[in-house]
Amino acid sequence: MIENIIQSETSSTLTSEELQLINIELSHVPQKSGAAIDALKIVQAKRGWVSDECLIAIAKHLEMSAEELEGIATFYNLIFRRPVGDKVILFCDSVSCWLCGCENQKQKLSEILKIDYGETTKDEKFTLLPVPCLGACDKAPVMMVGDDLFTNLNSSKLEHIFANYREEGEK
Amino acid sequence: MTEKVLTKNISKVNETTPIDKYEACEGYSGLRKALKSMAPGECLTEVKNSKLRGRGGAGFPTGIKWSFVPKNEDCLPGHKYLICNADEMEPGTFKDRLLMEQDPHQLIEGMILSAYTIGADVAYIFIRGEYRLAIQRLNEAIKECYNSGYLGRNILGSAFSLEMYVHPSAGRYICGEETALINALEGKRANPRAKPPFPQVSGLWGRPTIVNNVETLCNIPHIIHKGAEWFKTLGVGEDSGTKLFGVSGRVKNPGCWELPMGTPIRQILEDHADGMQTGLNFKGLLPGGGSTDFLIESHLDLAMDYNVIGAAGSRMGTGTMIILDDQSCPVGMVLNLIRFFAQESCGFCTPCRDGLPWTRQVLEDLENGKGSEEDLETLAYQVKYIGTPGNTHCALAPGAMEPLQSAMKYFYEDFKNHVTLGRCPYEIDGVH
Ligand SMILES: Cc1cc2nc3c(=O)[nH]c(=O)nc-3n(C[C@H](O)[C@H](O)[C@H](O)COP(=O)(O)O)c2cc1C
Ligand code: SF4
Ligand code: FES
Repeated sequence: MIENIIQSETSSTLTSEELQLINIELSHVPQKSGAAIDALKIVQAKRGWVSDECLIAIAKHLEMSAEELEGIATFYNLIFRRPVGDKVILFCDSVSCWLCGCENQKQKLSEILKIDYGETTKDEKFTLLPVPCLGACDKAPVMMVGDDLFTNLNSSKLEHIFANYREEGEK
Repeated sequence: MTEKVLTKNISKVNETTPIDKYEACEGYSGLRKALKSMAPGECLTEVKNSKLRGRGGAGFPTGIKWSFVPKNEDCLPGHKYLICNADEMEPGTFKDRLLMEQDPHQLIEGMILSAYTIGADVAYIFIRGEYRLAIQRLNEAIKECYNSGYLGRNILGSAFSLEMYVHPSAGRYICGEETALINALEGKRANPRAKPPFPQVSGLWGRPTIVNNVETLCNIPHIIHKGAEWFKTLGVGEDSGTKLFGVSGRVKNPGCWELPMGTPIRQILEDHADGMQTGLNFKGLLPGGGSTDFLIESHLDLAMDYNVIGAAGSRMGTGTMIILDDQSCPVGMVLNLIRFFAQESCGFCTPCRDGLPWTRQVLEDLENGKGSEEDLETLAYQVKYIGTPGNTHCALAPGAMEPLQSAMKYFYEDFKNHVTLGRCPYEIDGVH
């Protein structure tokens, strides 16, 4: 009886596609909680972030407490528990980029998009986050916008990058 | 000219090496040789004899590590795991990305051979989530391998079977610590585990597990194909093989090059990185990522060998050096690193969880001109307390103290000047 309720509640929040992907992950782990991070990532990939409602639904599906899953979700830098823009900007603030003047570039970026770390632009297109070393230190300073890596940043390059995104958005 | 081993398929254009091209350059020859004519024990002997040391930072001899994995007859039946550590989050480290993006099959062949040697039947590549291109190329390469009979059941008609998965991390520096990595793979918070038990005996899901760095594993096909004796001739110092050395910071030509183990620092810095940018002078360097101790001018003729760099008071680490120039503030640089370590502390033990933010605060005060003589004593105390292995649960906290302790040793004047001037001496018109 309870099983049934849980089942129906779960499926009303998570889509059947999400559940299917989570179940594939479940097939290679010896216990359900083993797929916790994968499940969070699957839901986030579809929705951009993990809402309370989704977190509770995932926890039920994996037979763990929502609190335990929350402890996992908040541990990791790339699981978002708050809404983010269409693209997340991961701006490297680590040592090699620092030596190559990333603080100035960060300032420039903040001027262009009018947001600071942790904030999202008004049009909800971009969220800006600091990220540790992106493993492209020979091309410092660097950042990622969505899936794309941008290297050797300078002010005119930054202007250019975001002018292109704006144009793309208008198309 | 140095023999290119790991990077022979890698060029300036960032392209992947598809399976046919990889095979055309002797790819999968090592695997064919092993499956046809070498028992796992013989592969292990070859790797031991090669004197290959782990390229992930600690430099532990790979063959010895593998020899701790119990033989099938000595453990309960079940899986054994091989994990490739592709987390690469150490600040200033940019070598594994290159190997995975441009020659994914070399890593995969290395993993198949390593799994064969230790008797693993499941392999994971635990990779940084931000490495989107590498993830995509590895997944494509793994698919090619299943289609060509290099992965799956009865590889190349032998009795050996292996499944391989790419597991992107959800992001956290501590995931690179091997026992924390195992917890992350189990879907948990990535707090390091207590050792013993060592992962070789009880790792992923309580089963025997080996964790090796990307670059370490990329060496295996060549060692098996060409032999331990050949591998030993590659180094010019006391260590064997080649190494990916990198240089970042304000040099003329930052980059990553495959060179013989034991190449002198000066040669890497001057012949490959082309020296400092115009108007800047060399002040110091971290030889192998953000958690290694500074070396200075007088160390430049040292060979990049594990024991040589160790004897000079630092560590080879990842072999990717970060250069400090004379117009960047050493206190600011250390502050940047400590901010990272404080942020990435997993929060499990007090000296690290509370000590690193405290250290960060003291350094921030110094850098902002609000520091005192007493702060310098506090820093020395923190270095001693947090930096002593054994006071913390894992090596993150002692690693965090390495750049600070050596900066205080070599650049003490700079620390003092912040106090006496009441500002950062490198500040020009309020800008760093
Ligand atoms: C905080 C911390 C982070 C680490 N990060 C990495 C990493 O990103 N990649 C890596 O290969 N090793 C990393 N290591 C070292 C691993 O724990 C382990 O020693 C290594 O993966 C073993 O591989 P190797 O023997 O091939 O060097 C890290 C260690 C610590 C303490
Ligand atoms: S030293 Fe830091 S990272 Fe390591 S276990 Fe302790 S709190 Fe966690
Ligand atoms: S420090 Fe920015 S990419 Fe490495």
